[in-house]
Formats: sequence, structure tokens, C-alpha cells
Amino acid sequence: MSIRHGLLALLSQGPRYGYQLRAEFESSTGATWPLNIGQVYSTLARLERDELVVRAGDDGEGRFVYEITPAGEADVRRWFATPVAAADRPRDELAIKLAMAVTAPGVDVRAVVQTQRAATLRTLQDLTRLKMGAPAVPADQPDRAWRLVLESMIFQAEAEVRWLDHCEVYVARAGRPAPPAPPAGAGAAAEPAEPTEETRR
Amino acid sequence: MTVLSMRQVSRDHGTGNALVHALRQVDLDVAAGEFVAVMGPSGSGKSTLLTIAGGLDTPTSGQVVVEGADLGALGPAGRSALRRRAVGYVFQDLNLIPSLTAAENVMMPRELDGVRARQARREALHALAELGVGELADRFPEEMSGGQQQRVAIARALVGDRRLVLADEPTGALDSHTGEEVMRALRARCDAGAACLMVTHESRHAAWADRVVFLRDGLLIDATPGRPGPESLLEGAS
Repeated sequence: MSIRHGLLALLSQGPRYGYQLRAEFESSTGATWPLNIGQVYSTLARLERDELVVRAGDDGEGRFVYEITPAGEADVRRWFATPVAAADRPRDELAIKLAMAVTAPGVDVRAVVQTQRAATLRTLQDLTRLKMGAPAVPADQPDRAWRLVLESMIFQAEAEVRWLDHCEVYVARAGRPAPPAPPAGAGAAAEPAEPTEETRR
Repeated sequence: MTVLSMRQVSRDHGTGNALVHALRQVDLDVAAGEFVAVMGPSGSGKSTLLTIAGGLDTPTSGQVVVEGADLGALGPAGRSALRRRAVGYVFQDLNLIPSLTAAENVMMPRELDGVRARQARREALHALAELGVGELADRFPEEMSGGQQQRVAIARALVGDRRLVLADEPTGALDSHTGEEVMRALRARCDAGAACLMVTHESRHAAWADRVVFLRDGLLIDATPGRPGPESLLEGAS
């Protein structure tokens, strides 16, 4: 997550104090990635060192206004123009877990898939409830920005569920003998019965 | 209050070698105000579950109770009356009649109920307004967008205070934005007291539900917990 570019992008709209940058960053992203003020100032110090921002004066209480430089403007433009590389994202633990599950003996892959699917659906429900609470078309700019962040998380969760569906079908087709145990957590649902011979035909 | 209650419901298709257990001992309740989504791979029994819940098909064994009435004990005529009175359907293909306006489409089930035209129209206009398409009352289906047509279809499913809404892939071929409008409309109806059971393969739409249940090979295998109600909040406090 690029705090550096996030702050630079905010400064490209005009000079700001450090605490202002923190507040605006959080309202635009719905406090999805909370920043502490220390992070903001250490990032600003690095930006200053790299001559992408300059201190333009203080408010008399030791708080400085930061202003973007032409080099900083160019950096922001480059950032917007460059796609995010897949390698910049952290390793996907779930993909690793599924890869291990299909190779390790004695692991019920369908159960692993279902446990994750139910959990991801729950996340998706939580995210959707956040969206439900808000008007269909948000009124102001930070709310609109936050909606996009929220949608991004919704689409990611949805993609994960689709991928899990795909894994399940793939594993079934690959003909790996499915362990007979039903998946864990069949709480509110009916007590699953064993599949009988007839249904397999 | 429970609007739909399914107990140990099984449904077999075919016999002998061709025997398929489409549903196996399914237990499912949907309360008033509750929105339940059903997910599962194709062939898992989702649509069978919905048609049995609405009395369009009868289970091989088990019990289905809608608004306190046991469908199995009613007989075909009683079932059909209950279906008209209490159950609304939203299908993927909207089934709006092209030669009728939005209002006339929505009026039709009420006229079949024996309600007089003026009253039926009043109810239809109310249902359309509730779904935010009141201004489309006199338009024909071809003069509306996909999302607008779907909202008219939902209005038709809900008119006359039908308390059980059964939806089969209601967002079918709609784009994600229009699909969301449909989800908002269904959600609003549930918040106003209807019980809704929806089959979908799209997790982003299932996420609008209070509870998501998973079907596989005709079995209910899992469910996300329901939205915490007043009782469970009290339990947490004690």
C-alpha cells in the first residue's frame, strides 16, 4: 500500500499540514488503512529528502505546511499512469494453502474450500452491509472515494469466492478420491447424510 | 415469525438407475423480514428447493409450511390459492407481458385474485412507487431498461402484500450496477417485513442476504450465521 503516493496525490491538490493529510487520506479510503501521525511525518521527511515536497512555512506552533515540487508532480503523474505490478502485492496465503491441500495426503480439499467460502461470504456480507447503510449515489467527494475502496474489497472477495468455486470443480474433475467426511461447520444447516451409491450414478 | 418452514424435505426424480436425489432431508426456515440466499454449484438442487418452497412442485417426503399452512395437506386447489395469495416469484426471464403496461402487468395477479380493476390498479401503483418506478406505470416493457423491467417484475411479485418472495437468479443478465438496484429493492422489501428466499450463483448478490446457505448434491452443507437479532444481542449481554 503506497502511503507515499497517496500523500503526494493529496499534496498535488494544494499545500497541506501533516494532520490534514492524515485526515483526508482516511476519509477518502474510509479508514480502511488507518495512518498514525508518525507514519505521515516520516513519509513526509522522506519525500522532502527526495525533493518531491518542500516545507513552505509553519503555523507558529511548530506545524509545517508541505507543498509539492515539480518533481513531485511528475512522480504523481507517473504513479497514476503505471499499473500496479502483481509482484508488489503480498503472497497469497490462501493460494498457498489450497496448493498444499491438493498435494498433502488426508486433507479434505472440499472442506478447506467450503470453510473459506463461508468465511469470505461473511466478509462480503459485512462489506455489503456497509454499502447498504449509505445512499445508492454518495453525495460528496470523500464518500464517493470511499465507495470505490469498498467496491474494490467487494470485488476482491467475490473473485475469491469464484476462484474457490473453480477449485472445487477442478478438484472434483481431477478425480482425486474425495474423503467422505462432510465439511466442518454445518451448523444451521441440516445434518448432512452420506452420499449414497445411487446419487453417484 | 416464520413465513416459510421446510422440514426434512427430500425430492427424488426418476426411478431405478435414473433415480436422482435432487434434495435430501433439507431443513430451512425463513422468518418475516429475513432475506436468505441459496448458493451451490449447478445441479445442487437450488431451483428444486425454490419450486418446492413455492408449492410449484411437491416433495417426495417431508413437510413445507407457508404462512402456517401445510402445503401437503392443502391439495392442489388449496395450494394454488395459497400460492396466489401469499407467494411472489421473481424469475431470471422477467416474464413481463409485452402488450401490457407496467401497471397492467402488476395488476394482473390481483385481478386473478378477484380484486376489482380500480383497486388492483391502486395497489399496482403503490407497489411500483415502493420500488422507485412509479413514474413508469404507463410504459410498456420495451420502453424500459433491464433494471426497470426487473423492478416492475418484483413489484408484480409483491403486489397485494405477498409475504413470501421467491427469487431465482433475479439479476440474470443485468449489469452489476442494475443488479445492485434489484438487490436494494429486495432488501427493502425484507426490511419492510417480507420473507425472501433467493437462489443465486453470484456471491456479491448473495451478500445482500441476512443468511447464506450452501447446497451441494441436494444437501444443505453449511450456512453463514444470520444477522444478530434482538434475542441474540440480549444473550450476549447476559
